[in-house]
Amino acid sequence: MASLTEDSATADVDQGGVRRRDFINVAAASFAGVGAVSVALPLINQMNPSADVLAEASTEVDLSAIQPGQSIKTMFRKQPLFVRHLTPAEIASAEAVSLSDLRDPQSLEERTKPGKTQWLVTMGVCTHLGCVPLGASSGEVKGEFGGYFCPCHGSSYDTAARIRKGPAPKNLEVPPYEFTSDTVIKVG
Amino acid sequence: MSFPWAKEYKPSNPFMRYMDEKLPLPRFVYNAIGAGYPVPRNLNYFWNFGVLAGVALVCQLVTGIILAMHFAAESGVAFSSVEHIMRDVNAGWFLRYAHANGASMFFIVVYIHIFRGLFYGSYKPPREMVWHLGLVIFLLMMATAFMGYVLPWGQMSFWGAKVITGLFGAIPLVGTPIQTWLLGGFAPDNAALNRFFSLHYLLPFVILGVIVLHIWALHIPGSSNPTGVEVKDEQDTVPFHPYYTAKDGVGVAAFFLVFATLLFFAPNFLGEPDNYIPANPLATPANIVPEWYFWPFYAILRAFTVDFWFIPAKLLGVLAMFASILLLFFLPWLDTSAVRSGHYRPLFRKFFWYGLGPCIVILGYCGGSHATDGVVLVSQIAAAYYFAHFLIILPIVARIETPKPLPTSITEAVLAKSGASLQPAE
Repeated sequence: MASLTEDSATADVDQGGVRRRDFINVAAASFAGVGAVSVALPLINQMNPSADVLAEASTEVDLSAIQPGQSIKTMFRKQPLFVRHLTPAEIASAEAVSLSDLRDPQSLEERTKPGKTQWLVTMGVCTHLGCVPLGASSGEVKGEFGGYFCPCHGSSYDTAARIRKGPAPKNLEVPPYEFTSDTVIKVG
Repeated sequence: MSFPWAKEYKPSNPFMRYMDEKLPLPRFVYNAIGAGYPVPRNLNYFWNFGVLAGVALVCQLVTGIILAMHFAAESGVAFSSVEHIMRDVNAGWFLRYAHANGASMFFIVVYIHIFRGLFYGSYKPPREMVWHLGLVIFLLMMATAFMGYVLPWGQMSFWGAKVITGLFGAIPLVGTPIQTWLLGGFAPDNAALNRFFSLHYLLPFVILGVIVLHIWALHIPGSSNPTGVEVKDEQDTVPFHPYYTAKDGVGVAAFFLVFATLLFFAPNFLGEPDNYIPANPLATPANIVPEWYFWPFYAILRAFTVDFWFIPAKLLGVLAMFASILLLFFLPWLDTSAVRSGHYRPLFRKFFWYGLGPCIVILGYCGGSHATDGVVLVSQIAAAYYFAHFLIILPIVARIETPKPLPTSITEAVLAKSGASLQPAE
């Protein structure tokens, strides 16, 4: 049996050093490889958010009860969402800052919807390491810039929720949202 | 271990030499499924099914571990969580169907593996331990499959749990307390579901451990072969790699072909539609049957309808069902014929194909049917034959049968088949 294999192998080597068995080996291994990858894809994909999680991925918020100077905490994609009704003084203080002084330069206009500058909608997730900053509920510390203050590592945000001091690299994220009426927003 | 001519692992790569000194895992693999394990050269495709069973177990482990990420073992939400897997989880339908049909594939493969052993006498010395460990694996598989079937918490799950734990209720005096203890209540509920989930996750790893022992025990005498003649010298064997890795590769491809056909074109063919109805403790399904792989045993259970002396029929059925498997542990001593392979045993062969084979098929058919009087009568006859086959027929056949002459060696058998004369291979 062994000698038989050697004979046919030598015969094949004569044809340019490539044996027919090499082709079979490569073809079989490739076939198995393609099969393994196509099975691996669903096995990996199953860990992505499922359809029911994605279906809950947008939130409607009614703003009518929020008075100037108040904010509310709600949930968007299982994370805290801050909706803040800015007072004219807070708007003025946000607009007074020069963009060149900011770590993540953005104006209040860019962070709000046109004509709705008083409504500041941001995620309540510190851009440093994901804690919930204080300042959205009454009685909480708002930090030295009057916006939000993260108790974990001391990041301070101003009245436009822009990073002013501390380790956080970015302003609080403004999620995609739109006004469906004057007092209702749809987030996501 | 193994034969004196087994090739020794000699790594040429310096890193592999270093590994070999510190942790000889590559050597272990080489000696187990590499060129270091000499295997009889005449194995047919029935010898693929051990490897296929291993492949089936790995499929179950992978899909099962993933399903456990999405399943909730709580009686209020278990059914919904399975529907959540089917509808919401990405590729969840694929994973659940693969797991459910994978169980069937596992049993198909294992049944063929067992019948291979029965026909070719693989249970005979020196391989009794291999056979016994295999039976332990089979029992563990049955327990695992049963507990897995309870988890979706459908009607069949619930009533299956009730009926199977009810088997223990047949034990005199302590039966009912044992059933209550097993369930953690008076009927299957959250406690039962949680412990079944825990054990369903544990047992496959126990099976994996026993498989290691099964293969370890096998590699001491080496694999049997279709002639049943022991290996005599190097001529009779080829290295496992590449000869049987390639042959097993063909088998694995065929296995996945059948598996994929079942999974993608008929995923509910082997299942019971009633299990898509949430568990209801107030209504039993009209025809309560287990999964197909338990049908023959279920038929034996139902075959006992009258009390015998002081033993109630219920207990007799349970005893017979367990005995039908436990009996196989004694097979190496019931079949005393020195000839292993059914090929060389004319009488044994007739009883195997015309007795045992049809008997198991009939029991399976009866187990899956309504328990009408006719079905029960047929089950009784078939069950009686099943026990008679192993306890009476095999011992007698072993004594009176004149076996056909055996080839003097595996090589002689191989060459006789291909029409060549017996010459040294060189």
